[in-house]
Amino acid sequence: MGLLSRKDAKLISDPLADNNPITIQVLGICSALAITAELKASIVMAVSVLFVMGVGNVVISLIRNIIPSKIRIIVQLTVVAALVIIVDQVLKAFAYELSKTLSVFVGLIITNCIIMGRFEAFALGNGLWRSFLDGIGNALGYGVILIIVGFFRELLGAGTLLGYKVLGDPIEKTGVYAFGYENNGFMLLAPMALIVVGIIIWVQRSRNKALIEDE
Amino acid sequence: MSKRTDSNGYTILFAIGMVVVVGALLAFTAASLKGKISTNVELEKQQNILYAMGVNENNETSAIFVSTKDAPELFGKYITKQIVLESNGDITEDDKAYLIDIKKEKAKGAERRLPLFVGEKDGKTFYIVPIRGKGLWDAVWAYIAMDENMVIQGAYFDHKAETAGLGANIKERFFMDDFIGEHLLDSKGNFKGVAITKSNADPLNKDKKDNEVDAIAGATITGNGVADMLRNDLKLYKPYFDKLKNK
Repeated sequence: MGLLSRKDAKLISDPLADNNPITIQVLGICSALAITAELKASIVMAVSVLFVMGVGNVVISLIRNIIPSKIRIIVQLTVVAALVIIVDQVLKAFAYELSKTLSVFVGLIITNCIIMGRFEAFALGNGLWRSFLDGIGNALGYGVILIIVGFFRELLGAGTLLGYKVLGDPIEKTGVYAFGYENNGFMLLAPMALIVVGIIIWVQRSRNKALIEDE
Repeated sequence: MSKRTDSNGYTILFAIGMVVVVGALLAFTAASLKGKISTNVELEKQQNILYAMGVNENNETSAIFVSTKDAPELFGKYITKQIVLESNGDITEDDKAYLIDIKKEKAKGAERRLPLFVGEKDGKTFYIVPIRGKGLWDAVWAYIAMDENMVIQGAYFDHKAETAGLGANIKERFFMDDFIGEHLLDSKGNFKGVAITKSNADPLNKDKKDNEVDAIAGATITGNGVADMLRNDLKLYKPYFDKLKNK
């Protein structure tokens, strides 16, 4: 047995595949749509959510027995908001450049339904370690989809990856553009994020028929 | 859930406790980091101004500022004069003019003070002004370096929350560098600004006197916001440049 028991390992592996927060639970679509026009933003968002989910799940799990059930959603919201603001302030003081890139996401993290969903569904009823693993697992599952969508949207929409012109220069007609290839500007618009997510869902369900719901 | 945590009294106490704890935590963080954050903001302004006049560490494709460590020294070396154009027409010198908050000045309307920085580099004089406007989601702002004929010598754009991959590209080199050499005045010497247009048949931006640069696809409203900002705010400096010429 390694560091994780089989049951614990499932907490991480499940959200990556058969219980993915975006493609199966259809949570967190809003941010998947908003920030995946380029790969860099997707990666930054994935890392930020990873941090907030891991720590947030632990905090909620720690205080799960003293939270009054009537106001538990408000308590959860306060925990996320406080965490995110503290991270934002610390970054502003010690990594100013990075914080400018991140500041756009701060609001998006607070409203990310995956975070609230996992607090509510898991951390409120489970111990510290398991909650932490669940948070990390779900954030990874979310991040993977974000990065896949970001990869295709930036590559096909702008012909770049992380800002590098991997397909050549569209204005000077070098690389693939010399053969008449054109960037598809539609990829950069929000609807294409949903369509790409849809294609991922399609691929995933055609590979694993058990995921298809009965009529 | 135990019964104890369901009572109204407990709920209210918990809520109060939570507010106090979280509030104290946030206040403590904000207060203890405030000094460092405002230093960062000041240094960034210096970096932005220097960037506009061409003092930067750009490589082939990316916009890179001078390091925060060197910024104050370089700022002192290249920026020879910081002046403020008061609303009554007076011109005063103020070596903290770069800290003037353009957002607050804009809110003052006619009382607005206009900061302007005079930079000297390789025998050339740059006039750098900070401007501010609205993009699609939130504020956009810029530092524009001009020569005495109001021809743009350098531009740095930034934004608060434009869409990544679309409007956010205004701070990319391919967009900012398009402005270098653009005339803000038309051929008769009247102020015209620089429009950001689609289908201007000049995607490589070879024509510098057409008062136009190529737009970013998918970022029409951000582009219009930037063009409005250039037109509305830079116009205010026209009288200063007129005086400069008649000297």
